[in-house]
Amino acid sequence: MTISTTSSTGTTGSTSGSTRPAGADSLRSSRRSRVVWLLVVVGVLACVAVSSLVLGSRQVGWGDIVAGVTGHDTTIAEAAVAKRVPRTVLAMVVGAALGLAGAAMQGVTRNPLADPGILGVNMGASLAVVTGIAWFGLSGAQSFTWVAITGAAVTAVFVYAVASMGRGGPTPLKLALAGTATTAAFSSFITAVVLPRGDIADSVRSWQIGGVGGATFDRILPVVPFLVVGLLVSVVSARGLNSLALGDDVAAGLGERVAIARGSAALGAVVLCGAATALAGPIGFVGLVLPHVCRLLVGIDHRWLLPFSALTGACLLTVADVVGRVVARPGELDVGIITAIIGAPFFIYIVRRQKVRAL
Amino acid sequence: MTTDHRLVAQQLTLGYRERTVIEGLDLEVPPGQITAIVGANACGKSTLLRSLSRLLAPTHGQVLLDGKQVHRLPAKELARTLGLLPQSPIAPEGIAVSDLVGRGRTPHQGMFSRWSSDDDVAVAAALDATQTAELADRPVDELSGGQRQRVWIAMALAQQTDLLLLDEPTTFLDVSHQVEVLDLLTDLNRSRGTTIVMVLHDLNLAARYADRLIAIAGGTVHSSGEPRDVLTEDMVRAVFGLDSQIITDPTSERPLMLPLGRHGVVGSTADGRRSQ
Repeated sequence: MTISTTSSTGTTGSTSGSTRPAGADSLRSSRRSRVVWLLVVVGVLACVAVSSLVLGSRQVGWGDIVAGVTGHDTTIAEAAVAKRVPRTVLAMVVGAALGLAGAAMQGVTRNPLADPGILGVNMGASLAVVTGIAWFGLSGAQSFTWVAITGAAVTAVFVYAVASMGRGGPTPLKLALAGTATTAAFSSFITAVVLPRGDIADSVRSWQIGGVGGATFDRILPVVPFLVVGLLVSVVSARGLNSLALGDDVAAGLGERVAIARGSAALGAVVLCGAATALAGPIGFVGLVLPHVCRLLVGIDHRWLLPFSALTGACLLTVADVVGRVVARPGELDVGIITAIIGAPFFIYIVRRQKVRAL
Repeated sequence: MTTDHRLVAQQLTLGYRERTVIEGLDLEVPPGQITAIVGANACGKSTLLRSLSRLLAPTHGQVLLDGKQVHRLPAKELARTLGLLPQSPIAPEGIAVSDLVGRGRTPHQGMFSRWSSDDDVAVAAALDATQTAELADRPVDELSGGQRQRVWIAMALAQQTDLLLLDEPTTFLDVSHQVEVLDLLTDLNRSRGTTIVMVLHDLNLAARYADRLIAIAGGTVHSSGEPRDVLTEDMVRAVFGLDSQIITDPTSERPLMLPLGRHGVVGSTADGRRSQ
């Protein structure tokens, strides 16, 4: 056996000179299929966005929709549509943030069960905001976001530390258990904080289950910078996540600074979770489900996986919101309830399918 | 083609928390050769390899690559010179062979740079050398243990480093795959001049394939040098606490260690005492 090519300057040896290098074809074809999937997902997202404007507890005609979108709200139907515009944007933005954060978290922890909801990060953000409202008179989207991100970060560190205790380090199940226990505890704390406060109970309750119903652009805009920062940090971390997927030792051998790679990806995820929770309350399962679906579509390269998880996250949360509006006419179901209905069986499926080995 | 990168350990002390595993160890890796580190279980040979490959920072002393401390070198720069294959590495679920081997190109790529034709060539050469080209599209999960190990070595080859450190590359492989892997590493050493350092469990395979043995005992180097000088009955007794007989392997003219247990040796009695 001989080694045909050796230098990195690109001289080709006898085998690879005449034929195309092995593996290159498959890399090329997978790139093509990824582009096709990208078009499909963008198309679905467009359809979902339109349906989110069209469907609702009030039925409207096409004329009302055009009028509502272009800023007219003289009739009730037009006003209903106009209200659905920021709501659709919010669902898409929050869904994208959660999908992206979930994919990043699964990469950072090499844990197929990682999700901003399951790891307790969203509930931590939520507890921080509720405490801020009840005890410190917190108000305004921007201060909500700072507080939520801080709560998310503290919770992420806490849950990871708890799961790391004992033998074997932070295994997938230990992380999920630590996160779920933390979620339950924080949820009780929130109830304890809110219950004696009749004055804030209503505003906190709708926000806390996870709602996009009260969306206005005034609430969304201040949070956008945070989302952009979280998005950029996450995307820059994608290559590091690819190395981390091979285990810390191999990653270090490939020249990855493991602690920095893990830290930056986690930071991006935490910022996204905090911002998403500040906007819409703690919504679970979006970040759990979609990275798994996207891995089937585009493979395990995080440079594709993260954007796809964001796009499909936007689709899922918008669909969940539309479904919530339609199934309970004339009332509405909160979007967090719909994602839980979709996500909980999926969680069980993942646990059963792969006996929860590390990613 | 030979490389002349010098990897040296000076007064190296290594440990986890308060437990010291290696103490005051000096070591020089001969460039362009195959070095095998041998020793009893838990003697610190894997710990030593981890430190040589910058995974573990020393408590005292230093590891120098061409006179510079490996722990201070920029991570990517180091990864273009020194490659590393840990014991039983994990492949992410569903990753294809060509994809995994391509990850070996990471240190040669910038933050946003695209896959280059150099990368194609390096991956093809690595698949070729390890005879894994026909597996290129298969998921790594579906491969046998021997195939999987060849794929991981292909990833390390794609990294195109002049030094390659491997922690027990033959673990969990049956004897034919062990020989296959060691043959492959020898090819690599002979044709590219890659300096190879590996921890090996099997003394006889180590003696056959390595140019140089380093025996570790009591947290430091017991002996090092050519296999015929290192693999002696005294060394086996001191390092492994085992009586043995060393003969010359007729197929390789390298030393061959025959363990003398209490049973299974001509002249041993029923209660396992040897009559002499």
